Amino acid sequence: MAAFSLLVTHAPFEQQYAFSAYRFVRSALNLGHEIKGVFFYQAGVQNANRFQAGHSDEFDLYAAWVELGTQFAIPLNVCVTAANRRGVINKQDAIENSQQGFNLAEPFAEVGLGSLVELMQVSDRVIQF
Amino acid sequence: MSAKSVGIINTTAPYGLSNGQESLDLALATANFGQEVSLFFIDDGVFQLVKYQQPIPEQGKNYSKTFPALTFYDIDDIYVCEQSLNARRLVLTDLCIEVIALPYEELSAHMMQLDHLMRF
Repeated sequence: MAAFSLLVTHAPFEQQYAFSAYRFVRSALNLGHEIKGVFFYQAGVQNANRFQAGHSDEFDLYAAWVELGTQFAIPLNVCVTAANRRGVINKQDAIENSQQGFNLAEPFAEVGLGSLVELMQVSDRVIQF
Repeated sequence: MSAKSVGIINTTAPYGLSNGQESLDLALATANFGQEVSLFFIDDGVFQLVKYQQPIPEQGKNYSKTFPALTFYDIDDIYVCEQSLNARRLVLTDLCIEVIALPYEELSAHMMQLDHLMRF
């Protein structure tokens, strides 16, 4: 058994990376491996955008991440700097920037890059998608 | 907890993509948290190290100014791909910091020894 963490640096939809990351987590769990956490960086922060409103006959990756995060208690960590630069903000950011809405909510969490380092320390491998 | 060795691989030119700047942010944070960071510049990534960069504001910050400070973060293992330099008619004196130029076969050997690899 191995302990994995994921680094997701691509947004969903345009490219397959984020979907592959999700499938990797599912497969690893099925095989009895441990997933220490998923860290979203660069355009990957768009995975945490709850305003995604895709067609109902398409795979809902946002819902899938939320289910993973809640059902298996896998930390879904989002780099705060990368997210805010790209318009992904939580309730506190919305208040501080006088914005009416916010699109980052639990189980996703805003964190610093140090949180990725913590995942590196407790993981045998960090896999990037 | 023991420190991990982390390789950060830069493969794209500066400014056209955010890769270079966000990779540098990650390198500094990783070193700040006490991990052993090695940097690799291959393919168009070698352009990130070229001296005298003067981007206009719309192109992003001139983050190459931070490269000389890497040594203060104990980031001293900075490798550049020899073939990538040659293919772009660059020589070591064109670069803004001292680096170790190696053929890509030897870069791979270095990467193999590291705990984690990230690519930008």
